[in-house]
This record gives sequence, structure tokens and C-alpha cells, in this order.
Amino acid sequence: MSTLSIENISMRFDLPNGGHVQALQDVSLEIKTGELMSVLGPSGCGKTTLLNIVAGFLAPTDGKIMLNDHQVTGPGAERGMVFQQGALFEWMSVRDNVSFGPRMAGKREKDWAGTVDHLLDVVGLQGFKQKAVYELSGGMQQRVALARCLANDPDVILMDEPLGALDALTREKMQGLVLELWKETGKTIILITHSVEEALLLGERLLVMAPRPGRIHEEYRLPFADDGVGKDLRKVKKTSEFGQKREEILSMIWDMEEEIMGRTEEASA
Amino acid sequence: MTILIIYIAIFATAFFAVRFGVRKFRQMKDFTSLKTVTFGDESAVRPDRWASVISVITVFLLWGAFTGSTWVPIHAPGPFVGETEFTYTLEAPDGARDDATVYARVFKVGEDAEEPEVDPGEGFAKNDGIKVGAWRSELLIMDKNDEVKRKEGAKIVAIDGQPVSAGETVSVADGKVALTAKGSINFSPSGGMQMEPIWLPAPEAVVARVGEIASEGYQNFTLWEHLFWSLFRVIVGFIIGAAVGIPLGYAMGLSDWFRGWFDPIVEFMRPVPPLALIPLVIIWAGIGESGKIILLFLAALWIMTISARAGVSGVAISKVHAAYSLGASKWQLMRHVIVPNSLPEIFTGARVAMGVCWGTVVAAELVAAEKGAGMMVMVASRFQNTDIVIMGIILIGIIGYGIDILMRKAEAWLVPWKGRI
Repeated sequence: MSTLSIENISMRFDLPNGGHVQALQDVSLEIKTGELMSVLGPSGCGKTTLLNIVAGFLAPTDGKIMLNDHQVTGPGAERGMVFQQGALFEWMSVRDNVSFGPRMAGKREKDWAGTVDHLLDVVGLQGFKQKAVYELSGGMQQRVALARCLANDPDVILMDEPLGALDALTREKMQGLVLELWKETGKTIILITHSVEEALLLGERLLVMAPRPGRIHEEYRLPFADDGVGKDLRKVKKTSEFGQKREEILSMIWDMEEEIMGRTEEASA
Repeated sequence: MTILIIYIAIFATAFFAVRFGVRKFRQMKDFTSLKTVTFGDESAVRPDRWASVISVITVFLLWGAFTGSTWVPIHAPGPFVGETEFTYTLEAPDGARDDATVYARVFKVGEDAEEPEVDPGEGFAKNDGIKVGAWRSELLIMDKNDEVKRKEGAKIVAIDGQPVSAGETVSVADGKVALTAKGSINFSPSGGMQMEPIWLPAPEAVVARVGEIASEGYQNFTLWEHLFWSLFRVIVGFIIGAAVGIPLGYAMGLSDWFRGWFDPIVEFMRPVPPLALIPLVIIWAGIGESGKIILLFLAALWIMTISARAGVSGVAISKVHAAYSLGASKWQLMRHVIVPNSLPEIFTGARVAMGVCWGTVVAAELVAAEKGAGMMVMVASRFQNTDIVIMGIILIGIIGYGIDILMRKAEAWLVPWKGRI
């Protein structure tokens, strides 16, 4: 079983003026295969740092990441990444972007052509496969990014605010797509977001993080993602449980921010 | 001054003519024509093609009109050519005065002319005949044939009845007459407002030169050979510069050691104008091909290094991360991400480098060369072949412009995503 375990991760950045920032302190977590976990938290809580450590772009100052009983020491094809934007290769067509992973692995076209075509179908870009990516809208570009990640068939997909740069309408549609892809492929997904609604809608598990030092504040198990697959997400949002949960989490983050503000004021007083 | 006023007048007239004449008949249906706010909206300012065409025609018209070109119907008044005359009044020491006429034949320089035959006439002052080239002047020792000489005390007191003394100038029918300090006559026929060919030849003379040099050559090489050699040096120098500079720039963008090692060298050499290296390169490599190519190599090298380095640093970290996450190796990252991502920067650098190289090669040829466009211009200027100089400048400009257009076309073809990310 491809269990991803995050074991006692700490991350400390030294500043040039002699001080340091404790971006993460003793974060431990275990994610089972096929889980979709959303991560929420105010800026500076270390959620992107955590994701970069899991992806292997950063080495933690303490602790380790284990995937399938192997320690993560660098980036690898078994952990796919979807970025906010600007991570597509403009010099390649949509199809070449999506087939990048298999091509780099040295697979022959006949081995990946079917998968790539299928994925382009799933994300609704079959008619655009020969287009250049800069000719597509922001939402379409993120669909390409999703398809590119899936084409490589990773065990874990790490999403760093993948829908953050999209407009509200496109974003809603894309949320539905993410849920569908999750259900269809059964991938383990960690999704970082700024939007409480998105975190609630998409996260089977929801991790709320707190800043200074970056740590896990609260963890929830949510029913909405399972319920929402294939449904109109707006209906899910209208249910009273969803409203309650949203209020609960919003007020918690609100308190957290108040507390930070208070601490800062104390510190400066 | 006159030319500037005429130029401004044509500018203004053409503006009103196009604005209120042609504009009415032109159908403007694009989006910009619907904008009501155009003043201050830079995107609404597009070059008026009428203005561009009229502007170019105006330059050639003025050039033709002020050089007496046969291609242009209207001319500025040209220099006086033909027969003219003026009289001088000689005063003998005893106070007696006598008039004599000077017959002047003004001829076009380059044509043959005889001094006019003159009947000496009555009195102690005798008539004279002189020939003068247009735009030139002629000193007349008028008392050679007079009965009373200057050294005997005779002097000129009036020209065409206008009193004059030594050192003064008076106007006559077709020019000016100056009395020198020693009292002899200096006649300058009026030059009109046209430029003398030695300053600015007529357009047809320049075109004729193109034909002549293209077929017969100049300084042992035909026009095409001169231009070819200049271009050849630029292209070879640029290619070697790019072949060394781009990998060096990549190395500086990817490795600490290379960055540290070459940073001081690149940062020092970059602000040194390539022209400043000409003397050193001549000392080291002489004035032959190798010297030119070394110079152009150095001119292109730093520009290409810096643009390749900038191209590498310009790659978004998310693209690098994405490529590694998709399983790319370092080599694959280089080949599929870093190199294509740096192409727009490299093309910008290449355009700059080609421009600098073209300027540098012409300058280097001006200093010393056996062949080349710059050498042709420089040698022609020493022999006052202004038509060759002008022709050379125009061709150098056209080629420089052509290089830039080709580079832009190549850029649009090879890096269509530039500026669209």
C-alpha cells in the first residue's frame, strides 16, 4: 500500500541577520492511498513548505518523509505536482505537455498515446491537443496541468493552490473536475488552498495549519467530497451541514488571525 | 535653414491634406477607429502610412531639388552658368577715370570652356575676359592689359558704378565681386541654392555609381564583394561568438563555479565598446580577416553570454520543479526546459549582437581593411567621391535594417510564445 507518512518534520530557515524562521515544527501525518486531503491555513503557516518537502524540492531540517517505505530525498515521478500557474511548457503543444512524463521516461509513442488521448478527453481538451498552451484560457491551462500530472501515473498528487488563479465560475467547474479525477483514478491527493469552501468541498480530510511556528492546528474528516462526486457542487454548498462547517472553520481561522495580531501587537508594544 | 522651413511646410501641408482630404474617403472600420479617447492612449497611435510614404518621398524630393536632379521636376535655383559681365572703374594717379568691362564665362565644372575673346576697347583701362567654374571664383589681375598699372598708383574705385575700396565686396548681375587687399578683382558667380556635387551628389549620380561599382568595382573589388565581405565577417564573427557565448552563459546560469569564475571577466568586458578593441586587435592580428573576425567574435561574445545567462535565470522555478516531478533527468531538463525557455532571451541578445557586429565591422573597416563596405566608404571620402560615400551609407543602412527584419522573422517563427506567457 502506498502510504505517505510525514514523520516529525521540522523546517527552520536561517535569516541573514542571525535570526531564524520556524516554518514547520514537528509535523507528523499519515495519508493512506486514495485519500484526498486539503490543507488550509493563514499565510505563513508553512503549508507550501510542507508540500515542497513532500515533493522533494526541500530537505527538512528534521524528520523524514516516507512513501511506500522509501525515504523521499528528492523530486520523483511517483509524486506528481500541479502548480498554481505558469508551470506548463509554452514551447510545446498541449499534447506534448501532457505526454512529457512518459516521453521523459523513454516510453514509445504507441505506449502512451492511448492514455494521453483518454486524459485529454477526460479534461475536455481533445479538440485542443495540437494547440499551443499560450492560446488557451487559464482554466484550460490548469486542465492541461492536471492531465500532464495524471499522464505520468504518480502515486501521490500534490496540488499547490491549483485553482487559485482562476475566476470564480471556472473555479467551481474545476473543483468538480478535480473530484471526478480523484474518484476515477483513486490517487492520493494533497491539495493546498486558500479557500475554505474549496477545502471543505474537496477534502476528504481537512488539515488546518497554524503559523509561527508552522504546525497542525486541527484535523477534520469531512463527508462532502464523497457526496459531491458527480453532483452539482452548488447544491452541496447549500446544505446546512456545509454551512455549519464553513462557519466553524472560518471562525477558527479568524480566532487564529486575531491571536497572531494580538501577539504581534504585544511584541511591538 | 531654407530647407528646414520647406520641410516643415511640407510636413504641415501633408498633414492637413491627408487629415481633411484623404481621410474622408477612407473607410475606417476597425476597433481602434471606434475609440473616442485616442489622445493619451498609446495603443491607439498607429503610424499613419500616408505620413510614412510622404515622409520618404519628401526626403528624396528635397535631395533631388537641391542637387539639380533630372528626376525631380522642381528645382531650387541652381548656380549661374553662362555669359555675364560687369564693369570696373580704374582711377589713374592723376585722377583720370576710365571704365572697362569684364566678360565672364561661367561653365559647369568638368566641362571644357574657353576664355571669351574680348575687344580691348577704348581708354587706358582695357576690357578683360575670364572663365569661371560654377561654384568657384576667379582672381582677375585686371591691370595686366591696362595702360596704367596698380604699382604705378592706379586703383579700382567702383564696380558697376558702385563705389568700392580694397577688401570690400559688391553684388553684380550674376554674382559677387570682391576687391582683394592688393586691389585685384575676385569674381564669384552666384551659386544658387543647390548643393555642389562634391558635397551632395544628385540621386541619379548615386544610382549611376551603384551600377558602375557593381559592374566595374572599386578598389579592386566590386560592390557586391565589398558588401559580401562585410556580411561574411559579421556572420562568421557572430556565429563563433554565439557558439562560445551561449554555452558559457548556460554554464554561468547553472554552475556556481562558472558563475564565479567568469563573472568578473564578463562584467568587465561587457561595458568595453568593441570599437575600443580595434587598435589592440590590429596590433595582434593585423588588418586581415582574422583580426576582423576576432573583433566581431568579442563584440558578439559578451552579449550572447549575458543573454543566455539571463535566459537560464529567467526560467520559472515552477517549470523546473514540474519537469523534475515528471521524472525528467538533469540532461532532459536542460534539453526540454532550460534551452527552449531561454530562446526568447537569446533571440533578443542575437538581435542586439547582430546590430552591434554590423556597426563594429563598418567601423573596423573604416580604420583599416583591404575590402568591405566601410573601407569602400572611407577610401571614397579620401578621394572626395561623395556619391560613393552616400551610396555606401545607404547600403549599409539597408543591410543593417534587413538583418534586423530577418532576425525578427526568425524570432516570430522559432519562439512564437515570446511575450505571450
